[in-house]
Amino acid sequence: MRRTFSMGGVHPHDCKISADSAIETFPLPQRMYISMSQHLGAPAKPLVQKGDKVRAGQLIGASAGFISANIHSSVSGTVAAVEPYADLAGNPVMHVIIDVEGDEWEESIDRTPDIVREITLSPAEIIKRIADCGVVGLGGASFPTHVKLSPPPGKKAECLIINGAECEPYLTSDYRLMVEHTEEVLLGARIMMRALGVTKGYIGIEDNKPEAIKKMRELTASSYSEIRVVPLRKKYPQGGEKQLIDAVTGRRVPSMGLPIDAGVVVQNVGTSFAVYEAVQKNKPLFDGVMTVTGECLDSQHNFLLRVGTPFEKILETVGGVPQKTAKIISGGPMMGKAVANLSAASVKSTSSLLLLTEKQTRRREEGECIRCGKCVQACPMGLEPYLLNKLARASRMEELEHSKVYDCIECGCCMFTCPANIPLLDYIRTAKADVMRIMRSRPKK
Amino acid sequence: MGTTFIFTVVILSVLGLLLAVILFLVAKKFNVEEDPLIDVVEATMPGANCGGCGFAGCRAFAEACVKSRSLEGKFCPVGGNAVMQKVAAVMGVQVEEKVPMVAVVRCNGTCRNRVRVNEYDGSVSCRIMSSLYAGDTGCRFGCLGGGDCEKACQFGAIRINPETLLPEVDEEKCTACGACVRACPKGIIELRNKGPKSRRVYVSCMSQDKGAVARKACSAACIGCRKCEKTCPFGAITVENNLAYIDFNKCKLCRKCVAECPTGAIHAVNFPPKPAAAPAEEPKTDKQ
Repeated sequence: MRRTFSMGGVHPHDCKISADSAIETFPLPQRMYISMSQHLGAPAKPLVQKGDKVRAGQLIGASAGFISANIHSSVSGTVAAVEPYADLAGNPVMHVIIDVEGDEWEESIDRTPDIVREITLSPAEIIKRIADCGVVGLGGASFPTHVKLSPPPGKKAECLIINGAECEPYLTSDYRLMVEHTEEVLLGARIMMRALGVTKGYIGIEDNKPEAIKKMRELTASSYSEIRVVPLRKKYPQGGEKQLIDAVTGRRVPSMGLPIDAGVVVQNVGTSFAVYEAVQKNKPLFDGVMTVTGECLDSQHNFLLRVGTPFEKILETVGGVPQKTAKIISGGPMMGKAVANLSAASVKSTSSLLLLTEKQTRRREEGECIRCGKCVQACPMGLEPYLLNKLARASRMEELEHSKVYDCIECGCCMFTCPANIPLLDYIRTAKADVMRIMRSRPKK
Repeated sequence: MGTTFIFTVVILSVLGLLLAVILFLVAKKFNVEEDPLIDVVEATMPGANCGGCGFAGCRAFAEACVKSRSLEGKFCPVGGNAVMQKVAAVMGVQVEEKVPMVAVVRCNGTCRNRVRVNEYDGSVSCRIMSSLYAGDTGCRFGCLGGGDCEKACQFGAIRINPETLLPEVDEEKCTACGACVRACPKGIIELRNKGPKSRRVYVSCMSQDKGAVARKACSAACIGCRKCEKTCPFGAITVENNLAYIDFNKCKLCRKCVAECPTGAIHAVNFPPKPAAAPAEEPKTDKQ
């Protein structure tokens, strides 16, 4: 029996219909909208003004604080404006808008396709390079990578896990990276292991990706023996950090703790590739692989896409939005965000655009909770979603805190499994935000 | 049989007596001195426990009043001046009369005025909706129509009108406790002076978007054109961030701004209809 995490989880259909579409380079659009808030933490400070000429890879947004990240231009051209522009939810965020002219890159970037295998930088230099290149976690939360690679004093990493689970249905961008850029991903892992000073590395891949497992195994056997490939039994949310650590190493991250408390650092496959490009090719993070998929589309795609491409342009390229489409999601169907504004642009961590039909996405009528306990069984964090939902609707903050609502990872397993179609996560998520605000506002001991 | 009966009675009686003595002693030892005035003040309160005064409930309000021996900065919006006079009389202090307030919904994005560009299919709650997206119309400042205000109101004074999908305030029932103001994640509800004969003039819009953007999203939006600001003879209107605001303490209800507003974003309510003076100006719904 393959390994998997021990508690909860659900089995949504795979739907990896874009798995066999090789990565295509997306044509440059005429106008790019580069958000200054593409990461967790403080938004970057824009460094350019209207009329400035920029080149691809040029720093245009400076990291503003410890938890923040640099932003680079993804194209060459002229800055048309630096102003608030609506993101995918329709809320204004500071953007640098660039009119594209040609495709000139910064000269310091190595654009050759050769794989650079020799790592010359020291751990401190690696972390500095990663920070300079604005690399953030591409698994979804966009946490600045250099912060993750600098454990707080007193805590030490013992191993690195590369997250190749890609447990969300439909998404195939990580899979394509693992198949087409196997060695770069492993080199990225080796670089991060060097930065962390660890000797053990794992790459966890779900067993619905046999091709990726095979390729990774071949390469780790021959030249990357410090990294072990761990095939995992398919189960959602295996790609959650805490679940992946449990599945791969059997360690448990304590409640409210971070992976580093269990001596582990987890990085996504996409992040690993970005780290390789940053450190070995001196290329800032300004593009990434993005899946464009959906049963209602005629063709499935995996694009290598520059950051800041408007969603409209992407959909135009794949033949427009089909009539049947009812909902467009950025990210996976379980945790992704519905796109309320198609003129919004992609960010570093945009992993997919998913088009769903009315039948696939329409919510069914909500019934009464019959206390069947399915949500409790499904919760990978061992919480009681039915109870949290009731407490949340009654705004009972103390009891919510007592029931550890803050441990919720918002994976949506409870809502997925509920036979009464109760929107459990909707209420739990808001309550979690409230409780965490209350907890943060307390004076620290 | 007889002895069992007698024993039971005797044992229970002795036990009862003993416990009574213990209870008495404990009550003496841990007696909390409480001002009897608190009970008297609490009795005069409406008892809604709505928290509109800023305290946890009517009892907490009464305690605060009695403890500080003054009514400065304390006001029960539900009971209004009548109750505050009674409280003042009980406590033997003076209280200032406050002008009555009422909740005002500052959004006029009805289905007719605002085109919907998205359809929301999730949980009906403004808080949840606002955490997910900016709104299903082009305006990110306006009412979401989820009815959090309706749920928050203990007095049944605010209702979502199913036709306009906007909340409407019943002035008779509204106590200005402010529960809806706190419940609204978009902050479109404001407590304003009720005004003489409930006559009020206010800007029914919260959009801070630039004029063209605001107008495109909603035909009744304030576009920040400053016409009202220039017209107002009392300096009651200020335009900030493309949005006009009427200071109700300065407004003399002359309604010059209402006629001037190109989008009809300024509402004048409860005025008698003017027969011929201004045909273009249509009196808005009374219930706002």
